Amino acid sequence: MSQEKISKIKKIQSTGHLRKIMADYFYELDRAAKEGSPKVAWCSSVGPAELLLSLGFVVHYPENHGAVLGSSRKANDYIPVANAIGYSPDICSYLTSDVGSFIKKETPLSRAYEGIEGVAKPDVLVYNTNQCRDVQDWFNWYSRELGVPAIGIHTYRNIGEIKDEYLHSIVKQTENLIPTLEKISGNKFDVDKFREVLSLSRECTLMWKKVLEANAAIPAPISFFDATIHMGPAVVLRGSPQAVEYYKVLLEELNEKIKNKDGAVENEKFRLYWEGMPIWGKLRDLAEFFIDLRTAVVASTYCNSWIFDSFDPKDPFLSMARAYTEIFIVRDENFKENYIENMVNKYKLDGILFHDAKTCPNNSNNRYGMPERLAKKLKIPSITINGDLNDLRCYSEEQAKTNIEAFIEQLESR
Amino acid sequence: MNHFAGIDVGASTTKAVIIDKNREILGHSVKDSGADFKAAAEKAFAEAKKQAKKKAEDEYFVVSTGYGRRNVSFAGDTKTEISCHAKGSFYYFPESHTLIDIGGQDSKIIKVNASGNRTGFKMNRKCAAGTGAFLEEMANRLKIKLEKLNELAEKSEKDVQIGSYCTVFSATEILTKIREGVEVKDLVKGIFHSIIKRAIEMDPLEGNIVMSGGVVAHNPFLVSMFEEKLEKKIFVPPLPQLTGAFGAALFALEEKGG
Repeated sequence: MSQEKISKIKKIQSTGHLRKIMADYFYELDRAAKEGSPKVAWCSSVGPAELLLSLGFVVHYPENHGAVLGSSRKANDYIPVANAIGYSPDICSYLTSDVGSFIKKETPLSRAYEGIEGVAKPDVLVYNTNQCRDVQDWFNWYSRELGVPAIGIHTYRNIGEIKDEYLHSIVKQTENLIPTLEKISGNKFDVDKFREVLSLSRECTLMWKKVLEANAAIPAPISFFDATIHMGPAVVLRGSPQAVEYYKVLLEELNEKIKNKDGAVENEKFRLYWEGMPIWGKLRDLAEFFIDLRTAVVASTYCNSWIFDSFDPKDPFLSMARAYTEIFIVRDENFKENYIENMVNKYKLDGILFHDAKTCPNNSNNRYGMPERLAKKLKIPSITINGDLNDLRCYSEEQAKTNIEAFIEQLESR
Repeated sequence: MNHFAGIDVGASTTKAVIIDKNREILGHSVKDSGADFKAAAEKAFAEAKKQAKKKAEDEYFVVSTGYGRRNVSFAGDTKTEISCHAKGSFYYFPESHTLIDIGGQDSKIIKVNASGNRTGFKMNRKCAAGTGAFLEEMANRLKIKLEKLNELAEKSEKDVQIGSYCTVFSATEILTKIREGVEVKDLVKGIFHSIIKRAIEMDPLEGNIVMSGGVVAHNPFLVSMFEEKLEKKIFVPPLPQLTGAFGAALFALEEKGG
């Protein structure tokens, strides 16, 4: 590859707005924890956040904190601390880095936001096992440590068709959370408030979807690496007007880029799908690497996982059960393959990159022959790189980059 | 430009190949990569030039490859070792084939179609299993020189199995077998079997098979064992350790040879 190194990540102007609303969010959480009101709930990232918000909780998402630990490259200071108390290096490195940072009483949030000394302490921990079992084990650790209740929803996993009985069970489980949450929050459940939050979440999700769909344009206006940062509001501020407003601003900027053919990668030659978790500690490095390879990572399962189009304020419990069950990670191999096939066609992709994240089996979809099946079916090549979301001990930079570079050389020689 | 060179800076050794416009190899060399990739590349290139009996003022276009490809300051271009191995292998075996390259730090399975284009590839995962580094560690444990492994394995008539994937676990397994009185030659053959198993696990080995790399160059008996396992003939290029460097030289010729 003799091409001149360009490595310049183009600025997204909306980032200033993003930083502002994220800072407001963290300060609001901090204030609530310090003042004891409103109550703080911790929620798994695709947990019943809308229910919690409707009951007046402010919500902290430990997976978001995990990503902050990864992207600030602090995770490897903390993972060994959790390993040492019996939490294996083979389990979720969000869990181990988050628990390790708690034990060491440190968080990158303190550096980013003056006056914040630690993560806001929870009054209740609420999980949904739709992502994995690890969230439950993660929250249970805190429950034991802090003496606060951990309650949750157990989702049917690895499913194809979404059967009514699954959803009815989840509705029942969600309803069963209410008495405990009412007691802790001191607020009575109000279905109209729930509908209102769900309606805002729906608006947020539809705007986020439009942001991601902007990348159907050639060249793609935003890279996967930037999108993982800009999805912050869809994760932690869904259910709020600020998130909706933010995505309107971002979408407008992306539409302008599309109009000006201003791609995230200058002279975009190839377009790839990223399947699996981001490698948080290497976002910038990989973004620059792909820019040098004139390759746009256009679409991903990860960023798509915060699209919940089934939310329906008219039927809040059932629609929330459906929205949080129909996500990619919950589904069987056939669904996942069809899903990726649609992405490849929709975004006109040249290849698929599978990230085998050592500590995240549920987001490592290369492990049951999917790359081989998709390559055969779609007639486009795929590559698997070994790494991890947070644990950089599992990532061999040289090997990963040689693999990616060789993959692009293969695309060039077609 | 009449002279073209490929420099393959691998994890263990650095290889240089000089060819002319007719793809004839004029000179080649292999040097230890050591800790200074730049120096190793210069040394290997100087020796290949000496062998090629070229004048000091002759000009070369160089393509570098391998782990240290970006450390070759005199290279005009770089390519990954995966592309270079495929290129070098297809020159000697111009049919669709699967190339198994066992290098010092990694092993690769590369699929090449009848036009010489790569259709896919896989590299071993992060650990040393199935690579030259695995052989080095085992030889070290057994206190045998690397160059003695081949003749020892050849003498073995037994089938000793090393079951572990991990290099450290394999070493422990070897210690157990030494305690049980297993002969060294049988252990070495077992170690060769282990390398073969790791390659078989990586990708289906269908169609024509070509093998390259330093491990193959120094251990031809490993190829015989592989042939027995696959029940088919395996093609080995004339200078198997230089396949990547030769491929890089072919890229250099393609790029600047008109």
